[in-house]
Amino acid sequence: MPFALLKYGLSREHPDDPHFRWKPDLKKTYDVVIIGAGGHGLAAAYHLAKDHGITNIAVLEKGWLAGGNTARNTTIVRANYLTPEGVAFYKESVELFRTLSNELDINVMYSERGHFTLAHTDAAMRTARWRAEVNKHLGVNSEVIDSAEVKRICPTMNVTDEARYPILGALYHPPGAIARHDAVAWGYAKEAMKRGVEVHTQTEVKKILIENGRAIGVETNRGIIHAGKVMQAVAGSSSHVARMAGLKLPIKTIPLQACVSEPVKPILDQIVVSGSLHVYISQSARGEMVMGGATDPYGLYSSRSTLDFKESLMGHMLELFPFMGELRILRQWAGMADMTPDFSPVMGLTPLENYYIDAGWGTWGFKATPVCGKRMAECVATGRQPDLIKPFALSRFSTFDLVGEKGAASVGH
Amino acid sequence: MKIVNCPLNGPRNISEFVWGGEVKPMPDPAKATDREWTEYLFLEENLAGDITEWWLHAPTNYWFIARRNTITDQFLETMTYDAFLARQPLASAVIPSGEAEPAAKPVTGGGDTGATSA
Repeated sequence: MPFALLKYGLSREHPDDPHFRWKPDLKKTYDVVIIGAGGHGLAAAYHLAKDHGITNIAVLEKGWLAGGNTARNTTIVRANYLTPEGVAFYKESVELFRTLSNELDINVMYSERGHFTLAHTDAAMRTARWRAEVNKHLGVNSEVIDSAEVKRICPTMNVTDEARYPILGALYHPPGAIARHDAVAWGYAKEAMKRGVEVHTQTEVKKILIENGRAIGVETNRGIIHAGKVMQAVAGSSSHVARMAGLKLPIKTIPLQACVSEPVKPILDQIVVSGSLHVYISQSARGEMVMGGATDPYGLYSSRSTLDFKESLMGHMLELFPFMGELRILRQWAGMADMTPDFSPVMGLTPLENYYIDAGWGTWGFKATPVCGKRMAECVATGRQPDLIKPFALSRFSTFDLVGEKGAASVGH
Repeated sequence: MKIVNCPLNGPRNISEFVWGGEVKPMPDPAKATDREWTEYLFLEENLAGDITEWWLHAPTNYWFIARRNTITDQFLETMTYDAFLARQPLASAVIPSGEAEPAAKPVTGGGDTGATSA
């Protein structure tokens, strides 16, 4: 084996199946055009091809493959939400994630770590109990534990009452996991392209073509494409693209900043979140501490970095994990989070016929990638809103039927 | 640190301010249809570029209008609500007549409820 590898390395040719089967030219017509080649759009394309036999699909991307929020999230997967609608939805996502490496024939490095949502106040403990009960009722493994148990499971955490906000307990969710975000998107792209789906990067949609109240295609910087159905999955640009389709969305685009430390040996196994302190942290497979906090205090289309974010994040982080005082920040970034008023996503049908939307993914998009792709594919293929995502339809705002996921999106409670 | 020029208090650190959201005409509560309420409560222009919105100086509980660029992250201009109205009377009247104070304005706020991911 080492010899074969050496030979392969020294040879002039490197015969291998290309990872992605790119096709250079755009066709004039597709059954389905998906705007946005991030995790969600690619997962939808994959499931359309695999589950519904629709392979004449183009996924159009203004930038490059999975270069938006798919590359900017903090890779956490969990199902311990607050509303029954949310729990049922994310539960399916966790189940799909567990077998995703096999499904896509790529190692997505899915790693179950256990997930703490820390409580520093009685009110937060009450919310934790509420979430635990909803979770258990729907078959999701969550329980409320006290600070001594937190210490037992995660010895590096400072649970003394000398901290400014001492830890009273936590909602503990053992299946909480992290995964390699890029690999998830690459896996979906690879398998979709293998089935005939075309992915076109550097292809910007300029206009949605509408005729008699239905979407019939898109105009791009590379020409006009006709499509039976059009779906948008563009995260932070949702309002912009939807406007081309004549839709106004219940979305505000707000930056969400995150950062990683220099890599160190494994010291933190779990994923630790505090809604009250607006911090979360986990250690990646290569040893970096991955950290994030609250969304910025106001809306913006800029991935600039602020000192305010780091100050507030680090202040709390040092109290939780005093050893972090020795670490340096390696890099930081921001993603454009499309926040909805009820902290739940917007999925499915729109008032424009043959136009489907996948938006409002604020700070909870990556963990929904597999389930969203699967259910959006079902929605696009059948033209009906699947039961699982019915509560998340765009129409809920006009019927005042919101899904208040506020408690569980780690907004201070 | 970013400085915002409050029409009442002068230049102050942005941490003293709360984002209030887009300025949009409020429909008459007595007459508005569900559709109009949906539009007012939830739907956003969410533009990239120059926008006009509500801001609050929290310590003095003072609401005012700011023009801001959402791509460059710059405050272009701040003004009192009266100055804003004088310059640009909104066709469909921002407030039901008879009410001078923009009291129940920024229902759509949200700047104070940052959500964390994870």
